[in-house]
Amino acid sequence: MYHYDDFDRAFVAERNTQFRAQVERRLDGSLTEDEFKPLRLMNGVYLQLHAYMLRVAIPYGTISAPQMRVLAELAERWDKGYGHFTTRQNIQYNWPKLVDIPDMLDRLGDVGMHAIQTSGNTIRNVTADHFAGAARDEIADPRPYAELLRQWSTDHPEFQFLPRKFKIAVTGAPNDRAVTRAHDIGLVLKERDGELGFEVLIGGGLGRTPMIGKTVRDFLPEADLLPYCEAIVSVYNRLGRRDNKYKARIKITVHETGIDEMRRQIEARFAELRPLFDGGDLEALDRIKAQFALPSFLNGPSEIDLSDPVLRSFVDTNVTPHKRDDHAIVTISLKAHGKTPGDASAEQMRVMADIAERYAYGELRISHEQNVILPHVRRSDLPVLHAALRAAGLGTANVGLASDIIACPGMDYCALATARSIPVAQQIATRIDEMGIEHDIGALKIKISGCINACGHHHVGHIGILGLDRAGVENYQVTLGGDGTERAAIGERAGPGFAYDEIVPAVERLILAYLDVREDAGETFLDAYRRLGPAPFKAALYPEEKRDAA
Amino acid sequence: MSRRPFTPKVVTANLLREGDVVYLNAQGEWVGDLHDAELIEDETRAAERLALAEGQPGRVVGAYLTDMKAGRNGPEPVHFREGFRATGPSNYPHGKQAEA
Repeated sequence: MYHYDDFDRAFVAERNTQFRAQVERRLDGSLTEDEFKPLRLMNGVYLQLHAYMLRVAIPYGTISAPQMRVLAELAERWDKGYGHFTTRQNIQYNWPKLVDIPDMLDRLGDVGMHAIQTSGNTIRNVTADHFAGAARDEIADPRPYAELLRQWSTDHPEFQFLPRKFKIAVTGAPNDRAVTRAHDIGLVLKERDGELGFEVLIGGGLGRTPMIGKTVRDFLPEADLLPYCEAIVSVYNRLGRRDNKYKARIKITVHETGIDEMRRQIEARFAELRPLFDGGDLEALDRIKAQFALPSFLNGPSEIDLSDPVLRSFVDTNVTPHKRDDHAIVTISLKAHGKTPGDASAEQMRVMADIAERYAYGELRISHEQNVILPHVRRSDLPVLHAALRAAGLGTANVGLASDIIACPGMDYCALATARSIPVAQQIATRIDEMGIEHDIGALKIKISGCINACGHHHVGHIGILGLDRAGVENYQVTLGGDGTERAAIGERAGPGFAYDEIVPAVERLILAYLDVREDAGETFLDAYRRLGPAPFKAALYPEEKRDAA
Repeated sequence: MSRRPFTPKVVTANLLREGDVVYLNAQGEWVGDLHDAELIEDETRAAERLALAEGQPGRVVGAYLTDMKAGRNGPEPVHFREGFRATGPSNYPHGKQAEA
């Protein structure tokens, strides 16, 4: 993985010194809140419902064991003993004091971490496939490109005050685990005639106006990545609307301008910019690639004893084939039934760091689905690794199943939220566990957002839940048929919303209806929805309407 | 069009240094417990108290007036958002509920 050089270390240290001085000037009254707010946001500091919140970047979700230990240390020294992993592959602390944040940032800087551009109208943390470097279906590791983009976009003088925030995702595999089609720029690595390049999508996004990204270039040679991305952001910076923040994202620019005209302008700008990139970017890419060399894999058997049914269940759900037969990718679920999705205690973070060092060559990943990945594990180590996870309350075998729910912080923490999402996720997971049918249900993605900004990705949930405020009461809309993969689709609204105490029974009816109508156990919820359409699912959600119509 | 009648309010904000939710009491002090806040029944008084809060940028941030109703022990939230601010999140016993 990437290690900071002297330049990176000096840059982060200087930025931290600058922010410490900004905090001091705010506290002594030299800066007003209006002056300070954009500065704190650019350093990941929000003021939320109960307290400040610090969002720390985990670039493309890759993190080392020593870094994970420092995240644990921050949780214990300056927060309430836990952290919340987010759908942007970041971590958030919900309770820091403003006066402590400069010290927290310095401690992060010690291990090559920061909170720069985790907020504000800038290019945000670049995300990537959480199985990068390990996935069997991968064409190439997307992380060197994500790191190159991180370096290019960090403090980029032209892109510090964009019309709105800007999110880039990269995948190196045809099976899209990075939701590239719901990003401002989605980059899909491809190989053509032996050459690496990208399909480039623009204008995807969720939020109040969800849109699937459109292809602006079928195949962009690898060498043109930075000038082409600079051209896209440059055109957006000029055309993007600044009169209305709800229409300021590039998805609206693409929608209003049209993809053909956007392409024409981007290609024209690219023609201007391309000669200005003199090869320094490609030299940097080569240096970065060298740092993403795979570990020196230890050989081992590929067949292991799975007679223990608990281990078998874990392997069935939480283990994915690795590019090597004798290794596996392990997903650690942060979705124990009834717990807060994405939360890990400081102790659990340390356990994961220890396990990563002992069994996974010291590497961990954070997924946008709010779980932790051990990308390289010898299959022969799976039994002992599983036992260690279970001992720490991290052995839940539910990855990809109905209780592996994405949920944003919602009204429990977020100042923008209109309803709670965490307790809805907790109750759904608990109910599914009580019913004992989770493994029978199979693959099902439930995603919950506590407001229209859709941080919980509800638009691309097979079952999406959106929490709203209806005349001072929490109300939950259900969408069906969303998909965040390469077959991306925006879910369709099923009908009227449900009260807080009605939403869990409604989801239960949906799931039972699916079990009733599926062709066989091999037909997933999403497949059944695509085959049958919304009618049987709506009938389950709104049984009274069905009765009234009879 | 008739003007909406004034409804009782309190002044609330977050402490600048710590971020904690606080309320303005009748003595013009910042208190952590909603029940100790001043329930303002008069529009002119509300404007004055908000101005007082906004005049303390070195102490609090984001001061605003929010609807409350009279309860047995003092002001009580009208909207659930203020209910969460007054108690804490529902997934952990953190925030003000831990201080009670």
